[in-house]
Amino acid sequence: MEKLWLIIKREYSSRVKKKSFIITTLLTPIAIGLFMIAAGLLINYEGEEQRHIAVLDDANILGTDSINIKEENGLTFEKVTGSVNDHIENEKFNAILELPPIAQLKSKEYTVKYHSSEGILGIGLINKIENEKEKNIYQYKADAFGFNKDSLESLKTQVTLDRESIGDAPKNISSEASIIATGIGGAMGFIMYFAVFLYGMMVMRSVTEEKTNRIVEVMVSSVKPFQLMMGKIIGVALVGLTQVAIWAILIPIIFFIAIAVSGIDMTQAQDMQSQMGGVDIKELESQFNPAKFVQEIFNQNWLVIIPLFIIYFIGGYMMYSSLFAAVGSAMNDDLSENQSLTLPITLPVIAALYMMFSVVQNPNSSMAVWASLVPFFSPIIMPARLAFEPPLWQIVLSVVILIASVIFFVWLSARIYRVGILMYGKKVTFKELGKWLFYKD
Amino acid sequence: MNILDVKNVVKRYSNHTAVNDVSFSVPKGCIFGLLGPNGAGKTSLIRIITGITRADEGIVSLDGGELNHRHPSQIGYMPEERGLYKKMKVGEHLIYLARLKGLSLQEAKKELNYWLEKFDIQSWRKKRIEELSKGMQQKVQFISTVIHQPKLLILDEPFSGLDPINTNLMKEEIFELKTKGASIILSTHRMEQVEEICENVVLINQGKNVLDGPVKEVKEKFKEHKFRIKYQGTLPASLPHNITIVTRSDEEITIQVKDDKDSNIFLYTLIQQGVFIQSFEEILPSVNEIFIQVVEQSKTIA
Repeated sequence: MEKLWLIIKREYSSRVKKKSFIITTLLTPIAIGLFMIAAGLLINYEGEEQRHIAVLDDANILGTDSINIKEENGLTFEKVTGSVNDHIENEKFNAILELPPIAQLKSKEYTVKYHSSEGILGIGLINKIENEKEKNIYQYKADAFGFNKDSLESLKTQVTLDRESIGDAPKNISSEASIIATGIGGAMGFIMYFAVFLYGMMVMRSVTEEKTNRIVEVMVSSVKPFQLMMGKIIGVALVGLTQVAIWAILIPIIFFIAIAVSGIDMTQAQDMQSQMGGVDIKELESQFNPAKFVQEIFNQNWLVIIPLFIIYFIGGYMMYSSLFAAVGSAMNDDLSENQSLTLPITLPVIAALYMMFSVVQNPNSSMAVWASLVPFFSPIIMPARLAFEPPLWQIVLSVVILIASVIFFVWLSARIYRVGILMYGKKVTFKELGKWLFYKD
Repeated sequence: MNILDVKNVVKRYSNHTAVNDVSFSVPKGCIFGLLGPNGAGKTSLIRIITGITRADEGIVSLDGGELNHRHPSQIGYMPEERGLYKKMKVGEHLIYLARLKGLSLQEAKKELNYWLEKFDIQSWRKKRIEELSKGMQQKVQFISTVIHQPKLLILDEPFSGLDPINTNLMKEEIFELKTKGASIILSTHRMEQVEEICENVVLINQGKNVLDGPVKEVKEKFKEHKFRIKYQGTLPASLPHNITIVTRSDEEITIQVKDDKDSNIFLYTLIQQGVFIQSFEEILPSVNEIFIQVVEQSKTIA
């Protein structure tokens, strides 16, 4: 045990002291911050671009308002009279919009002409103008048909699905709760994915490095290969936790600084989005209830989710990193060969990530249930489902299978590792790895 | 008393037998040569002795007790392919390896100071391994092998890559460790060094030990009863029978006899004839010659 502790300490401190570690740990949040500031500035820049558009509306589709100039969505529309040619020379206008009369009120098609010297129009601009004009024509047609405005408004009904539980199913999940759960689930799945890849690969590279460096032979004459492998896996895990902990503190701080510096206004960001998607902002606002969201976040059963997440995190990391260690031990200097050895390990991780996208939308589908039992997927799939409160038996069964698999794969990897680290210059196939399992000590 | 007893050790891999029934003993306080051509099974054997792998059959005993997991602290092993953590500093690296061998932090520091002082390299303490030259790294590697005062030292090609000065230094260290009571197994291809340093040898070929014993005895066993005489004067026309002339010139003659005592008769004859004898020596085979002869022989048998 003392030797294991010594190895863990060395593996940890040698990495944490590295310049590259310090740089990535500190630079990642800063890079995120800079990205946000840049994005914020870009959004603001786009918003500042003003267009002054002349509107020819002989049919009075826009109504007979006395106001001639209207500003909507960053565009200024000015009603003018005459023909297109009268205004082409006018430097004041970026473009001329020609609204032909509506011949058939029941027609669903309507074409507006946009006269401009610009080449291709940005899709954002096209959407903006089309949306704007659709609203105008909606208004115009409603008036023409003689519909009552209030009655028309009341045609739009917002439906909220409120699930009532039967039996033991979890109680009262509001739509806010499922949005929160999707967010939490997705985030957890992602964290698992990155942890497995980043730190599992780190273990693998380090094992290969020790082997090609030949230090490993000195090491195993003092300690058991199993101790060396576990020391490395645990040491790297601690490095990962340190890094994640630093990020967990730094990223929110930088997030807020970035918002302050770039002046991103959350409502403005929504504004942008709604314009792009053509969603009415008022509708969105009526759906979005920040207080309820915050409340739902606190409503989550964190006392269950966090410990379970940690169990899955440790289990998934241990299983994958030990497999990475086994593969790393089999590697030589030949890079292309190494690629083919890592593929079978990385494939399930990637597959699990894709499954996760579907699972957060259908957390109780049969695929979700099965994937959360298969140990290669469960460390990513189950954390993604936790916020949806899956049945207890599934959690218990999944954890039991995971723990059993961790023990099995650590054992399996250790058997490959102890042979692999001392095997040089041989092209390694999976058949060969299989043979190593049965080598005596 | 033996520091190491290897008895009928067998080690098989999936498609070949690396060590096939090898037995030998290393006496305490002895410098022992482990010889053999490439691929003979030396490394497999060393890995068994150092506890890196286990023998399929046979017994390895260290200092009278069967090999167990406590023994790594009593063995110091320097592999042929040297390896150190390149990014670590000399001081912390040596302390790390010493502690893995079971030394406490204080002991490790004390030993570290002793060795750095001895080699006059205190200034290296804070240097990274990668900053050192290859020869310097070798010194660090050697210290890492002996820092925990092992009873048994196993050095695989200890002189490879060393310049003549460092080779000498290494030899002196080996002799000094021996006088302090350590036993040393030397695995090497450099036969002149075996001749110079080793008292006992074992020769492994194709997984088997084909020859072992004290160097003197081995040489006796393989000698061809040849003698070289330098002289002045005229040799008698007829020589005693039982004596074959191998080479002769005006000043030197090499003879081969059936019985070593016959050389005396030859010498006596020359002296009687008034030939002036300048030197008389027995020609013993070098370890190198024995090595080649034995290996070639076992090849033809196989």
